Amino acid sequence: MENTQTQQRVSSAKVSKMSEKKKDMISGYLYVAPFFIVFGIIGLYPAIFSIVLAFQKWNGLGEMDYVGFSNFAIVLQDPLFWKSLYNTVIIGLMGTAPQLIVGIILAYFLNMAVIRFTNFFRVTIFMPYITSMVAVALVFGVFFSTNESALANYVIGWFGIDPISWKTSEWGAKIAISLMVFWRWVGYNTIIYLAGLQSIPKDLYEAATIDGANKVQQFLHITIPLLKPFIILTVFMSTVGALQLFAEPTVFLGASAFNRDEAMTVVMYLYRDAFNLGSFGTASATAVLLLIIIIAAAALNTWLTSGVGNKKKRGVK
Amino acid sequence: MKQNNKKTSRSGTLPVYIVLTLASILSLFPFYWMFVMATQPSAAYNSIPPTLLPGGMLIENFQKVLDTIPFFQAMWNTVLLCTTVTVAVLIISSLSGFAFAKFHFPGKNFLFICILLTMVIPPQLGLIPQYYLISQLGWLDTLLGAGVLFLLNPLGIFLMRQYISQSVPDELMEAAKLDGCSNFRIYRSIVLPIIKPAFATLGIIVFTLVWGEFLWQFTVLRDPSSYTLQVALASLNNAFRVDFGMLLSGVFWATVPLIVIFLIFNKWFISSITEGSIK
Repeated sequence: MENTQTQQRVSSAKVSKMSEKKKDMISGYLYVAPFFIVFGIIGLYPAIFSIVLAFQKWNGLGEMDYVGFSNFAIVLQDPLFWKSLYNTVIIGLMGTAPQLIVGIILAYFLNMAVIRFTNFFRVTIFMPYITSMVAVALVFGVFFSTNESALANYVIGWFGIDPISWKTSEWGAKIAISLMVFWRWVGYNTIIYLAGLQSIPKDLYEAATIDGANKVQQFLHITIPLLKPFIILTVFMSTVGALQLFAEPTVFLGASAFNRDEAMTVVMYLYRDAFNLGSFGTASATAVLLLIIIIAAAALNTWLTSGVGNKKKRGVK
Repeated sequence: MKQNNKKTSRSGTLPVYIVLTLASILSLFPFYWMFVMATQPSAAYNSIPPTLLPGGMLIENFQKVLDTIPFFQAMWNTVLLCTTVTVAVLIISSLSGFAFAKFHFPGKNFLFICILLTMVIPPQLGLIPQYYLISQLGWLDTLLGAGVLFLLNPLGIFLMRQYISQSVPDELMEAAKLDGCSNFRIYRSIVLPIIKPAFATLGIIVFTLVWGEFLWQFTVLRDPSSYTLQVALASLNNAFRVDFGMLLSGVFWATVPLIVIFLIFNKWFISSITEGSIK
């Protein structure tokens, strides 16, 4: 009697445990379902559709015609595509590379124990990031207006430089756009580096001081190597972000944005193809090319950044 | 010896203060200058040396903005869009994050890797089909069309999973289960109160993202009555002859609300950056 009772108890416990497991399984699927439904409809389906479209001729209304690789051929033979890629890379380099260096220096200063008012400096240096890209582009658009009396022209006048037509010259437009990218993002990267610096144990520096290492040596041999994961992160994000540049040049140039080529970026080229010229096929081919370029550039830059740190580490040893 | 050390390091800090002050001035100057131009007539722009003090056109310039674009409509559209999307993303992400952190189900790891992969796909890849989809649904020029894209936020799930697996103890869940709580009840009564700080972090990230995003809103919203602030502001710059006073007045009044929110919650904003990117 007793035996069967315990057996029953055991088996009923087993059953409830099994059903508990099943319940958890159902809950699990149920709770991740909203994301994956959304992802399927507006993420995965459009991504696949885009790749299919890259091989079709289509204006968004009529029938699609399969055209093989000719969309890619059209894009790759278009000088404007290469110009837009060149613009994107140049603006990306000028806008992000200095940002990372200045960001590290500012973060290093903000992390110094003897410095006061760090919270004030941190908030003001971060503040540009909260303004929208459109707002930044409009403010800088007036600052760098084509006008001879533009504030930017007044400032370069101090250094004896003649007024520049910022919105219509090859380098004027690129410099102005790079500067607004720099201004908006430098504080963001400073904050990330600051978090990285704060994660470095203080006693490493104390030990280095005892060993007679000066501040510069400490910076190069302790700070930079230990900051490497954070540097890789910012380089990755800057690379991906820079290749997707759209709002700043579009808004900065206003009405003439899609008619000029000094600051046309790859995304602007794609947008113009799709929505101004109605050629969805070539625009999709550009989108696929952009995806490949972004993956390649992000991989290359991440690899390069990790390489730099490694060499330094070997140097120390 | 120690005091001596401190003294030398104090005097050595002057260059550091100079650099930090300069960085602060350069960061703040465009804000100040935006305010100055928003209070000046357009002609002030041509004066040499440049005007650097506010004038008396604050109201007049803003009146011109109101005559040119539906500013308050755009402000309302933006607030509505940002709030709705933020709430929806918080719900979707916390539910998924909860499942990924606490439940075992076949295919879980595969699905989680899928989410990580979606973080790498650039949003422009699907732009054209997404536009086509929204137009087929008849959602062009609607906030629904503008907002639906932002529901896809893999970072949110990543953050929530991390936070829930660290801060919701398994013992607490076991105890609740023994008391007969359903999984949804556990989510509502135990998980939600614990993850409030993570909600603040993710909420700020999503809100500012949607507030400032341009490409998609510019693509979908063509009718002025559906404009969000960013699209409306950009349209101010499309005239052949732009009135700079009016233009920067629009930018100024569109930026002020976010600056006020930022100054009040600056610690949360700044920590949302490090938490959102590092974890």
